[in-house]
Amino acid sequence: METDTITAISTPIGEGAISIVRLSGPEAIPMAAAIFQGKDITEAASHTMHYGKIVDPATNEVAEEVMVSIMRGPKTFTREDIVEINCHGGLVSVNRVLEIALSQGARLAEPGEFTKRAFLNGRIDLSQAEAVMDLIRAKTDKAMSVALKQMDGRLSGLIQRLRQDLLETVAHVEVNIDYPEYDDVEEMSHDMMRKKTKEVHQEIEELLQVAKQGKILREGLATAIIGRPNVGKSSLMNALVQENKAIVTEIPGTTRDIIEEYVNVRGVPLRLVDTAGIRETEDIVEKIGVERSRQVLKESDLILFVLNYNEELTAEDKKLFEAIEGLDFIVIMNKTDLEQKLSLEEVKELAGENAVISTSLIEDEGIDDLEAAIAKTFFAGEIDTGDLTYVSNVRHIQLLKQAKQALEDAMEAIELDMPLDIVQIDVTRTWEFLGEIIGDTASDSLIDQLFSQFCLGK
Amino acid sequence: MMTYNAGHYDVIVVGAGHAGMEAGVAAARMGSKTLMLTLNLDMIAFMPCNPSIGGPAKGIVVREVDALGGVMGKLIDKSFIQMRMLNTRKGPAVQALRAQADKNVYMQEAKKLLENEENLTLHQGMVDSLIVEDGVCKGVVTETKAVYTSESVIITTGTFMRGKVLIGDVEYESGPNNQRPTLKLSNNLEELGFKLTRFKTGTPPRVISHSIDYSKTEIQPGDENPKYFSYETIDRVVEQLPCWLTYTNEFTHQVINDNLGMSAMYSGVKRGTGARYCPSIEDKIVRFNDKPRHQIFLEPEGRDTDEVYVQGLSTSLPEYVQHEMIKTVPGLENAQIMRAGYAIEYDVVVPSQLWPTMETKNIENLFTAGQINGTSGYEEAAGQGIMAGMNAAAKLFGKEPIILDRSQAYIGVMIDDLVTKGTNEPYRLLTSRAEYRLLLRHDNADLRLTEIGYQAGTVDEKRYAKYEEKKRLVEQEKKRLNKLIIKPSADMNKFLEDMGTHLKEAVKAYDLLKRPEITYENIESILQPDSDLPEEVKEQVGIQIKYEGYIKKAKEQVDRMLKMEDKKIPDDIDYNAISGIATEAKEKLKKIRPLSVGQASRISGVNPADVSILLVYIEQGDIARVAN
Repeated sequence: METDTITAISTPIGEGAISIVRLSGPEAIPMAAAIFQGKDITEAASHTMHYGKIVDPATNEVAEEVMVSIMRGPKTFTREDIVEINCHGGLVSVNRVLEIALSQGARLAEPGEFTKRAFLNGRIDLSQAEAVMDLIRAKTDKAMSVALKQMDGRLSGLIQRLRQDLLETVAHVEVNIDYPEYDDVEEMSHDMMRKKTKEVHQEIEELLQVAKQGKILREGLATAIIGRPNVGKSSLMNALVQENKAIVTEIPGTTRDIIEEYVNVRGVPLRLVDTAGIRETEDIVEKIGVERSRQVLKESDLILFVLNYNEELTAEDKKLFEAIEGLDFIVIMNKTDLEQKLSLEEVKELAGENAVISTSLIEDEGIDDLEAAIAKTFFAGEIDTGDLTYVSNVRHIQLLKQAKQALEDAMEAIELDMPLDIVQIDVTRTWEFLGEIIGDTASDSLIDQLFSQFCLGK
Repeated sequence: MMTYNAGHYDVIVVGAGHAGMEAGVAAARMGSKTLMLTLNLDMIAFMPCNPSIGGPAKGIVVREVDALGGVMGKLIDKSFIQMRMLNTRKGPAVQALRAQADKNVYMQEAKKLLENEENLTLHQGMVDSLIVEDGVCKGVVTETKAVYTSESVIITTGTFMRGKVLIGDVEYESGPNNQRPTLKLSNNLEELGFKLTRFKTGTPPRVISHSIDYSKTEIQPGDENPKYFSYETIDRVVEQLPCWLTYTNEFTHQVINDNLGMSAMYSGVKRGTGARYCPSIEDKIVRFNDKPRHQIFLEPEGRDTDEVYVQGLSTSLPEYVQHEMIKTVPGLENAQIMRAGYAIEYDVVVPSQLWPTMETKNIENLFTAGQINGTSGYEEAAGQGIMAGMNAAAKLFGKEPIILDRSQAYIGVMIDDLVTKGTNEPYRLLTSRAEYRLLLRHDNADLRLTEIGYQAGTVDEKRYAKYEEKKRLVEQEKKRLNKLIIKPSADMNKFLEDMGTHLKEAVKAYDLLKRPEITYENIESILQPDSDLPEEVKEQVGIQIKYEGYIKKAKEQVDRMLKMEDKKIPDDIDYNAISGIATEAKEKLKKIRPLSVGQASRISGVNPADVSILLVYIEQGDIARVAN
């Protein structure tokens, strides 16, 4: 009956060692297959479970190590094809998997929608009907109050302002259409529309940026330590870990398999990624070539590149510089306790705008400088962590992305010189998406705006 | 009371205004023996307010009525004194025609049309009450004791029910323009259980043309090559009359402010609700007091009269203040008022008491249409009238009800709004009320609705054949353009660069037309076609190709909407028995009795959770009913 595929986190959030992202609908299996690295699950038998990784197709980044259950309809809870992705318990990883599933075109399930589908598809019999209705009611009400509670006043205030801006713009276009002879208001021009949409677009981008930074704060900066053998990578790792004994594990379950170390450097959480990987980077460029290693390194938010102060720059060092060009990195010239053979000038030239720090890890020197540089790299020296948490709800982020896309469609139409009443279709959609964030979809607002903003009539 | 039997009809239409006309003609053309009763045979299709038909959204409604076989488009094409296409610099979806009408010619043409209509009887008389037996309407009784029995009755009494004219502190019972009001019918409807409310509208003074100094105003001419409303009108030369533009000023506003307390609408007495979009000049001054001036359009009321309508000066100020006020307006310093402006208050049937067919929920076979349902405007009235007429006849012949959805017509948008949401002020159609306005264009009203009219019986064979031919030619031309390849030769690129674009590789003509710089005419000149395609086919091909992406997107939205419209709610649904639906939503659902889940979702106060539960209940309706 339903044609779209829905997804949601179907386990209580933040509790338990395992979280499940569930997909249900005709596209559930192909969608999961598109983000799953492992066995070809489109061929998998029903009611089987498979080990593999969830990979974000946009970045090729591995998001999570998972077990995936394939259940083909009709012998499932909803009677549709269902895929359940079992993630590590943490909110972070499970949210990440959900986001990736949404990026494949799945729709975020409404509260109680799996149960509703189960019912509509005849999975649940009559004796349970009343209970289902109560459940939908309860879940919807609860979700509503949770959603409202989750919404920071700053976010709803900002969204309301953006919506009012858009509404006035739309009303302006409407008055030109419905009252073509009304001369009190300037005819809305493409330039005015371009300016307005750009402003709102920028604000939405900033909100998404906040969301991204907030995510970094919650998840930690993926940090890779690279360099030739024996330059002091392990010492650097140990120094950072020892120096910052408070390992950030606010998020339960994230440290189950120790492939990551969490350290908090002056309020910046670092996730020292894949310690095994760090060992392998010793010959990463040799092994897989510059292009491929760049791909691997791109997954990092920050790269700590260690050089030997006591040796001249080698060809291998230069290849590594090449591999990290354009990424965020900090160069660490280690072993200042030994004689300087490294050319500071040469290093600075290769490092460009990125920080260059001198340390002697053996003598515990220079760690402070490094920590300051890390903080500076990501927050331009100013960190107000409180400000970066208010756009964290997956639903909000998804709607912001949709709003942004609709606005970009409008902006494209402006550049194509489409008539403004056509451009306005996508501006109105943007307004609607933003409205969904704050739960306001009243369609009468436009008419009200029209008549309060302009003096119209015969 | 001594009454006499005056005969039996299939359909009786009470009123012969813009709604009544369409209702009567549609019912008659579908084969019903139809009677139209009107207060005054000399006032058929009278325009009590501005002498104008069309405008944004409204002009599209006129074409929709025409596509369904209605008469408004033909009447205005015969009687216009000025025609303009509006919004020509905007997209195709919002363009619309507006005409200034010769009021008298419009009325004469209307009467002639009704007199010559087969199956239609025209009679002068005031209806006092309805004959209702066991909740079914069976006819009407007139003031002069005539009893007409019928299968169904359509009431289209406009602003006449308990009408009251207000000018300053003067007030008297009256229909528009001092016609007799309808006093008894309101009581009868209330006795039958209908909820009525009071609305208000107004009209400006009229002045005599030779007292106007036009040199102080700006001329507003009609289009050089006027288009027509009706798809059947044949091109002819019409000498057009201009309108004139002038403005109010601080002196005008001073007079109004000094006398505000004298205005019927500002005297402190509680009155019916007026429309925000049809404000009196007093409203404009009060609500937008920072505006230094307001536009005034001077519109001739016809060729054979010197009377001029002063658009923008609708008022209920005392007559002597109107004289004082009008003299402050440039060009009107010596203007002689022929008729004073006034406000009129009248009874309205709360439209949520109607089914989407325009039949009342209370009384079977009783329909209401037009301003009585709380709308304003001749076009809105016509749109409802034709649907009421078609549905009355359809029911008579045991045919399916004819309901237009929100993606099919502005008429559908309007009726859905009225019956689902109701209205707390006189309702006017605006393009912004339509979610899918790119689909609801004036240029494709025939493609949208002719088929429906033909199936119902309001559109004849000749007209239908013409529509089919147009449809065929449009498809054929689109196919042709999709096959033609245009190569990037030097000459071609020279031509295209003049247009502001160029070609790197060969493209289909179809895809080239999608570029914003290129018009269908450009393609035509590139291809040098031999075709004698009619203009409207070329226009259609151009629009359909150029806006294909947007049209497709809109259609996808429509598909989603229709899915919910297709989920019908059974007649015998017992909302009380459905646990889980919120109490407020239950009350609303019981009152509106939506026909589909889609309609239910548009009722204010019914939230998505209620809709989900309703859906669950309906999908499992059979099981649920067994359990009950």
